[in-house]
Amino acid sequence: MYDRVRSGRNGHIRQTMPNIDANSVLPIAELKEKAAEIRLLAVDAVGHAKSGHPGGSLSVADLIAYLYFYKMKVDPADPKWPDRDRFVLSKGHCCPALYAALALRGFFPVSDLNGLRTLESHLSGHPNMLETPGVDMSTGSLGQGISAANGIALAGKRGGKSYRVYAALGDGEIQEGEVWEAAMFASHYKLSNLTIYVDYNHLQIDGDVREVMNPTPIDKKFEAFGWFVQTIDGHDFRQIDEATKRAEADERPSAIIMTTVKGKGVSFMENQAGWHGKAPKGDEYEQAMRELKDALARAKEENHG
Amino acid sequence: MAETIATRAAYGKALAELGENRMFYVMDADLSGSTQTGVFGKKIPDRFVNCGIAEQNMVATAAGIASTGVPVFCSSFAMFAVGRAFEQIRNSVAYPRMNVKICASHAGITVGEDGPTHQFCEDIALMRALPNMTVINPADAVETRAAVEAMLNYDGPVYCRLGRYAVPVIFDPDDYRFEWGKGMALADGKDVTIVATGIMVDAALKARALLAGEGIDAAVLDIHTIKPLDGNLIASFAAKTGAVVTVEEHTVIGGLGSAVAELLSETVPVKMKRVGMNDIFGKSAPAQTLLDHYRLNAAGVADAVRTLLGK
Repeated sequence: MYDRVRSGRNGHIRQTMPNIDANSVLPIAELKEKAAEIRLLAVDAVGHAKSGHPGGSLSVADLIAYLYFYKMKVDPADPKWPDRDRFVLSKGHCCPALYAALALRGFFPVSDLNGLRTLESHLSGHPNMLETPGVDMSTGSLGQGISAANGIALAGKRGGKSYRVYAALGDGEIQEGEVWEAAMFASHYKLSNLTIYVDYNHLQIDGDVREVMNPTPIDKKFEAFGWFVQTIDGHDFRQIDEATKRAEADERPSAIIMTTVKGKGVSFMENQAGWHGKAPKGDEYEQAMRELKDALARAKEENHG
Repeated sequence: MAETIATRAAYGKALAELGENRMFYVMDADLSGSTQTGVFGKKIPDRFVNCGIAEQNMVATAAGIASTGVPVFCSSFAMFAVGRAFEQIRNSVAYPRMNVKICASHAGITVGEDGPTHQFCEDIALMRALPNMTVINPADAVETRAAVEAMLNYDGPVYCRLGRYAVPVIFDPDDYRFEWGKGMALADGKDVTIVATGIMVDAALKARALLAGEGIDAAVLDIHTIKPLDGNLIASFAAKTGAVVTVEEHTVIGGLGSAVAELLSETVPVKMKRVGMNDIFGKSAPAQTLLDHYRLNAAGVADAVRTLLGK
């Protein structure tokens, strides 16, 4: 499914993503398989590490599969390729899903995931661009990733680059004031090459976002700041794809509010705030692995027949 | 009387000059007239970004621009660039070693009449504590011009402290050379070493002249780069003179005085005195009135030397 493009710069064959056009077919079965694999590897890594953030990794996994296995032009052999599309995981704590995608995409060996959060590993508890190939921005302190995405988008626009910038934010994260400074900035500077996804899984550490500090209506807030806003089901690849394409066609920066399920794919984690930042242990781990492996087997069956 | 120029004015001019042939962005947060980045902004608008009054977003946006391979100079008042956006500097600039230069003006009490809410005297302490961060505090317009060019030639995070107040030009632009991480011995001496930074270098030189009349021979060091600190230079002068007075327009906690005390306590322990803001907030008054009030002047430095030497 990868497009082969010869790079004019250093001559090697880039394993980039295809450019999306109106006729391209969205490989839904393939993406479902990748998302299932990302979920399995992410929860497994957190289980091995005995700490980490499974809940939000599972809710954002479909988006990350879509971006890294369909949408974004990136080159694992040249992670710093200047013309690549960028992804900023502003909700940096959900890096187990990002790391799994980067490993599956070939930025580093899948076996590295077992080292998550250990001294010898390049995989920190929050993304570190200096150590992990394919990470476009160090994040973890909430609210800063969207600003960084703004900077990359602004430099791209003013520098005449054609790359696009994607960022994923948490619904709790948008309680940070900096997010709204950044929202004002993006529309002021007409950053049409920026698409952010708000992972609206309704839960933050202390509970329901609407009870902790109500950020709703999220869509109307971004609209009021001058953004093109769409609300979709964040577990439906067709909706993710259509919204992402519409975002590209609009001259405003785009916010796609994705309704998602925190803990998606592990029955006892779904819609439970308690699984925001806790590793499954013992029987919990075994059950999670069983469910995610079953899901992956079903997705493979669906994909390969 | 020597010509006086504010270091912020030299900064704005340097950006505009260097911007003609060098690729970099300049950002500001609605203070481009005060920080003088507006001089660059008017000349090269397509590489100038006004962020409005939103310093946290400015700093993390600068990190994003820098991640594409382009250096960024990011300015506001020190209070807001460093104080408000400290965490963005730490996590989005210093930690990922971004090529972002936080060049903050209106540092210290010489902000003057605007008063303590705008007189940031803790910036060096905060910036010095960050891994990967270089801290520069130029003494005059000539040193500022050279520092801006040196920063542009360095790939990594830098904090540069600039002032509002017009201060005497100490150096001759024709023979001044800025050496990264090196202090400068401006005057030799045998009785005491006055280690000064920023606009206090001028006061240190004037104190030396006062003391000379009393038979006290003071060496004067200009420490334009507080981190990395030129330990060899300071230690060698400490060993030679046996007494050190540090001078800064900054709290005595965590700044140059602390850096020198940390160095000497582990290398050449000598008697020491720190001149600076003594763990207090400033007041609202004209800059020179405040410098005199807090004795951040030649007389104050000379007094500190006399006290230290028991004379």
